Amino acid sequence: MSGEPILQVNKVSKAFGGVQAVRDVSFSVQAGEVFGIIGPNGSGKTTLINCITGFIKMDSGKVLYKGTDISNKAPNQIANLGLTRTFQIMRPYYSLPAYKNLIVPLFSPRARRMGGWRGGGKLGDRGTVSIDILEEIGFERDSFVPYKLASSLPTGYLKRLELARCLALRPDLILCDEVFSGLSMSEIASMVPLIEKLQMDGITLVMIEHRLRELFRVASRVMVLNFGEKLTEGPPEEVMANEKVKEAYLGSEKLLDYTFEA
Amino acid sequence: MNDDGRKTMNGEIGAIERRKERLDRGIKVRTEGIYAISSWEEVAYLALPRLILILGILLLPFLMPSLYWNRVISIVGIYGLLALGFDFLAHYVGLVSLGGSLFIGVGGYLAAILNKSFGLSPLFTIPAATLGGAILCTLLILPALPLRGVYFAIVTLMYPLVLFRIIEALNILGGTDGILGVASFPNPWVEQYLILFVVIIALFGLRRLVNEDIGLVFRGVKDNDQAVKASGLSITYYKAIAVFITSALGCFGGAYFVHIYMVAGISLFALDYSVIPIAATVIGGGGTLVGPLLGCFILVPISELLRAFGTLRIVFYSVILLAFIMFRSEGIMVYAQRKYHQFERWVKV
Repeated sequence: MSGEPILQVNKVSKAFGGVQAVRDVSFSVQAGEVFGIIGPNGSGKTTLINCITGFIKMDSGKVLYKGTDISNKAPNQIANLGLTRTFQIMRPYYSLPAYKNLIVPLFSPRARRMGGWRGGGKLGDRGTVSIDILEEIGFERDSFVPYKLASSLPTGYLKRLELARCLALRPDLILCDEVFSGLSMSEIASMVPLIEKLQMDGITLVMIEHRLRELFRVASRVMVLNFGEKLTEGPPEEVMANEKVKEAYLGSEKLLDYTFEA
Repeated sequence: MNDDGRKTMNGEIGAIERRKERLDRGIKVRTEGIYAISSWEEVAYLALPRLILILGILLLPFLMPSLYWNRVISIVGIYGLLALGFDFLAHYVGLVSLGGSLFIGVGGYLAAILNKSFGLSPLFTIPAATLGGAILCTLLILPALPLRGVYFAIVTLMYPLVLFRIIEALNILGGTDGILGVASFPNPWVEQYLILFVVIIALFGLRRLVNEDIGLVFRGVKDNDQAVKASGLSITYYKAIAVFITSALGCFGGAYFVHIYMVAGISLFALDYSVIPIAATVIGGGGTLVGPLLGCFILVPISELLRAFGTLRIVFYSVILLAFIMFRSEGIMVYAQRKYHQFERWVKV
């Protein structure tokens, strides 16, 4: 790991009334790596992502993306720089078919500027492009699935649709908020190669996860949050061996054994 | 989709049970809006309802030839534009707007001022009032765009009330008398068909718009504005465009109204322009765009026919509205479209 990090987070803090959701969290992500963020429920993981992507104004701190300060910029401006996110609770456009869901991000200034899709670009057919993206992310091209209303799709496809929305923006960095949660074991098994493929395509990933086993298969470094504060950071094995982490996050050693069963 | 409206029914005593089955007519493919057309019957199946509507609107002045009813048709057209705008904003952008009277008022006063003070003919005042009024209304509503639901509705309702009081209290723009002596249209045919053509263009234009890529962004804003933000699009910008389109329709109606009645008074800010479009949308079927227009074609003439009953007509009016909300809350057009695209048959169970 060398060179300037693609994302640098410096002492970000956010309080909701009296609750300090995130306190002085700093970390940096190198281009091309998969960076995991873990922590028990309510430890501020999602709030941290919301602060980075501009969905919540942070109280203090600084976020640098590719060297430029993006703290407290509008979410759409940040997305247009290539820093995209998925939502933990999926946010598709329920009244639109799956492939038309992607036409919205394809309409963004960034997607129009980047162009480069087959048949896409400035005046291209966004419908064709979105079917291509959906196929890439695991929708069966010649089936009914991409044409179904998003409201009738199962969770697994909606999670993929979340990722597809990010991909349509041709991102450099995706912040994934629990892409594995709510999925069955087999669905997760088919998502992992997808994540690996994104990484091979040169996209940097920051993943919030509760599914540690799958996360540790792809992540090179992991950060642990507890009560809004950063506990530790490092390679997965090292982090999980940390006593503080065991105490705060896992509670018992039994669960830890389970994590490394594979 | 076939199973949606399946109803079961018991036959006569001891008889076999029967069930009503609803089937799609089968030329809709895969998704809404894509059809497989292979014969003239199918072309007619799709084109006929549209043709009947267009011809019906264009022939209306001949079917009701009296001067009185021609004027009623013009008023229906104005309400129709407002209702189209309301339906577009409410069902495709997610903004419930009560700004109908604001649009009518701003467009009307602008046209009157341009005509009286600058001596421009309706040929220029109407386009100028449409564009200028739309810009003005959009700027007025701009601060309210981050608001949602009832809060946005209240702000849009506040503006016409405030402008009404300002004109009354400061005695500007003719005060309570209004601006009198505005030029009329050169001939009654231009007057009648201008509004009908604009209504048809607005209807089909909006229907096209909501299925274009930018229309999908509008619908995205309605469904999930957070996801639109995450897609790198500014929701305020797109809401502003939508409000601009809607207010342009309303301001055109206002400017047209002023030129047919040759007066711009504070009654342009009357709440009817905000409320009747909503009632028409309820009756016609929200989200269909054509429904609210038909709703206006039903509601406004009924209100004219009931004029003989004096103030009692409000009661009849309310009863009709109530009946629709209770027994056909989906609206006429949603019901009619379903009946048209599906057929029913009885099958033995």
